[in-house]
Amino acid sequence: MSVRKRPEPVQVIKQRRDAALKALAGAVPYIRFLGIEFERRGDELTGILPFRDVLIGNPLLPALHGGATAAFLEVTAVMTLNWSYLWDDLEAGKLDLEGRAPADLPRLPKTVDFTVDYLRTGLPRDAYARARITRAGRRYASVQVEAWQDNKDRLYAQAMGHFVMPAPRD
Amino acid sequence: MVDKTKFARQFIEALPHSVMLGMEMQEIGDGVATINMPYKDELIGDPVTGVIHGGAVSALMDTCCGAAVMCHPENAGGTATIDLRIDYMRAATPGQTITAVATCYHVTRSVAFVRAVALDEDTERPVATATGAFTMEARK
Repeated sequence: MSVRKRPEPVQVIKQRRDAALKALAGAVPYIRFLGIEFERRGDELTGILPFRDVLIGNPLLPALHGGATAAFLEVTAVMTLNWSYLWDDLEAGKLDLEGRAPADLPRLPKTVDFTVDYLRTGLPRDAYARARITRAGRRYASVQVEAWQDNKDRLYAQAMGHFVMPAPRD
Repeated sequence: MVDKTKFARQFIEALPHSVMLGMEMQEIGDGVATINMPYKDELIGDPVTGVIHGGAVSALMDTCCGAAVMCHPENAGGTATIDLRIDYMRAATPGQTITAVATCYHVTRSVAFVRAVALDEDTERPVATATGAFTMEARK
């Protein structure tokens, strides 16, 4: 009978997960440029786009730029997909991303296409997004993303994207 | 007509988010718009290769399509994106300016249908294409 390994202390696990997330999000200049942040609960990620005046597209309303919203949704989709792709290795301790230089991080999924539905005007407030991977194949993946502002039940945008996964790591 | 095109140009050029990304209006009129977005480090999506983030290309496409709708002769006012699909054909070459050309190819009283293409210096091979539907404010 094999002896079950003693579970790691929760702080060690959280620290490793948060360090990996920080390394992945911090490595992409465009994510920093837009000011997108990620919150994590277990393996679930929530993208946050804090409102700033530079995100405005229509100053008369004012409303968020559709391009800022599209980028926010795509960033959340790619990050969620990459996070899920790396999760098992991170958890197994096979992959350590803490403090890694951007150039040494695992290759990212590539977007094939991305379709955004603008359901409501983006208000000059913070926006939130969560992605759901509807298919994760070895080569292709499909991801749905939903974004809301004040009220989770009233989405202001949703998107669907297809991605090519990176070649397996050795 | 000229005034409306002029207004559309000034309006698009002043959009805070477009300014943030460094977009430069080239041509606008009669339902067609061309906008440049020069390469800069802040737009990078892949730190290993230096390739621009798809989201930045989306923002350029969205702006360019919106500009094409605004300057369409049958549109009386502003516009908003209903939906936009982007197909990414290839990675844009790092260091090169991306140019988007959008054409408003059909309009109804309430909807404008738009196509766009994004090119870098290799104009034979598009970086991305887009199709979208936008709101229209028909002339009374």
